[in-house]
Amino acid sequence: MFNFCTDPDTLPKLEWFACYLTTGKHMGFYFSFGTVLLLLAITAPAALLFGFGGASAARARFLPLRWFGKAYISIVRGVPDIAFFLFFVIALDQGFEWMRHKVKCPDWDQPIRQGNDFVVCAQAKLPLGTAPQWVHETYGFSLAVLTFAIVFGAFSANVIYGAMRAVPKAQIETAEAYGMSRRQTFWRILVPQMWVFALPGLSNLWMVLIKATPLLFLLGVEDIVYWARNLGGTANPRFTDYPHADWRMWYFLALLVFYLLFTKVSELVLDRIMRRLSHGQDTAAGEAQRRAAGGPP
Amino acid sequence: MSCWQTVQDYALRSVGIGERLLPREDFTLCEQFTLIGSGMIWNIYFGLVALLAGFFLATALAMGKASHNRLLRKPSEWFIFLFRGSPLFIQFFFAYFLFLSLKGVSSVFDPFTSAGLGAAVVLFFNTAAYTGEIFYGALLSIPRGDLEAADAYGFSGWKKFRKISWPTMLRLAWPAYTNEAIFLFHATTLVYFSGFPAWQQRGDALYYASYFADKTFNPFIPYPILAMYFILFTLSVVGVFGLINRRLNRHLPAERRSKLRLRPNLLR
Repeated sequence: MFNFCTDPDTLPKLEWFACYLTTGKHMGFYFSFGTVLLLLAITAPAALLFGFGGASAARARFLPLRWFGKAYISIVRGVPDIAFFLFFVIALDQGFEWMRHKVKCPDWDQPIRQGNDFVVCAQAKLPLGTAPQWVHETYGFSLAVLTFAIVFGAFSANVIYGAMRAVPKAQIETAEAYGMSRRQTFWRILVPQMWVFALPGLSNLWMVLIKATPLLFLLGVEDIVYWARNLGGTANPRFTDYPHADWRMWYFLALLVFYLLFTKVSELVLDRIMRRLSHGQDTAAGEAQRRAAGGPP
Repeated sequence: MSCWQTVQDYALRSVGIGERLLPREDFTLCEQFTLIGSGMIWNIYFGLVALLAGFFLATALAMGKASHNRLLRKPSEWFIFLFRGSPLFIQFFFAYFLFLSLKGVSSVFDPFTSAGLGAAVVLFFNTAAYTGEIFYGALLSIPRGDLEAADAYGFSGWKKFRKISWPTMLRLAWPAYTNEAIFLFHATTLVYFSGFPAWQQRGDALYYASYFADKTFNPFIPYPILAMYFILFTLSVVGVFGLINRRLNRHLPAERRSKLRLRPNLLR
């Protein structure tokens, strides 16, 4: 990175750290912070979408759809999430390959599950065996995103379901009195009003989502945990790629600080959003703001 | 091999008693049930140790955070922020490598690098922080009338805390604490997926479930078995906590009793 790094004399000096921290592998490490942020940026709206779908399904009039929505919410919430992460990555992958297999190779006569193997024809492999490396990485990453969206979708479905029920009944009844159809009531009255009630739960969920990102490591993505383990470790006690002892502790300390800062910043931002949203609302927070501004008691 | 034989071989495998080699091929349902159930021993151990020890530290933390003394308040606030603000997963990794470095300094730290002690310590601190926050919230919402009545009866200091504040705090916090307990039991599955190694393949329920899923390429059997165990266990936790809740509320008229409302399980 820097010119003086080519000079072996810098090794005992403090500048050596500047060289060490800018090696190619460290660039990969910094880049993986971007991976985490990208995951958050994609997952948050996707989970919200799943949650909205789940909550709408859970209050549908069509019985099987309602069962599906409620089962989705309660099963995902009742089991350790990490089990779901491990489960969905394999299950989704096999599901996709199975569907492609059915479409692309209709005249395949052997069973797909042969003992302990899952065998599909070569054209149905996902990604194709001939695909370049970045396709494999992107595929792995999108599986991870989908898994996160499914699990967090169930959590947010629960929050949104509660928020939909918290909208005052009188509002719905008024809409019906005006002759709105069920669909119109839903989109024009219920959905715009529920967000204030959903926001505390959703912001809590955002904090939880931030803290769930290190699980990317378990899903086989090269994320910050992966790099911290690799960069901090000595490859081999005697012959090592890295000119230092076991520094994994310090790398994980850095990750710990990163997450603490990240949650602190999100907390401040969410507080600000909540203050703005409850401005003028008929809630305790809105009332407190009105009083603080000198309104009549 | 009959199923009973499998149970004898593997029921205590996770603590190192019984057959040493894990099954390698032709996995039967019986083997999966037995081994995953055997792994639950660790989940229950971690959960119980952390919960019992964490309860006392949490009370202290809540008292500290509600204290007017800066020297007591600041450390409690920082402790709670540290453990609630960062992912448990990273805490496990950091703690493991910390203990590994400390091992070089003194042999006192040798046992901490094993999951049985090291991970239990991390879980203990973690649940103490989460529970401390719950207790702190409950401490602030003790009805003022109760405290004034205690003053009127001449209670003060330790006696007031022991007879009035503490039981009321527990009663108010109990529904949230039940959720925290469930949540903690679910979090114990992270132990063997962070830095802590499963020595001689003695792991927890999820460790064995993922072992089977890796070997058979079929996630649709081991994970539902694991889910079943956890749902059963969650139900029994709810049962026990419900009994305690009933005892804490026994002096109240029926309609004022706080019901357990279960909102279990978010990741931490």
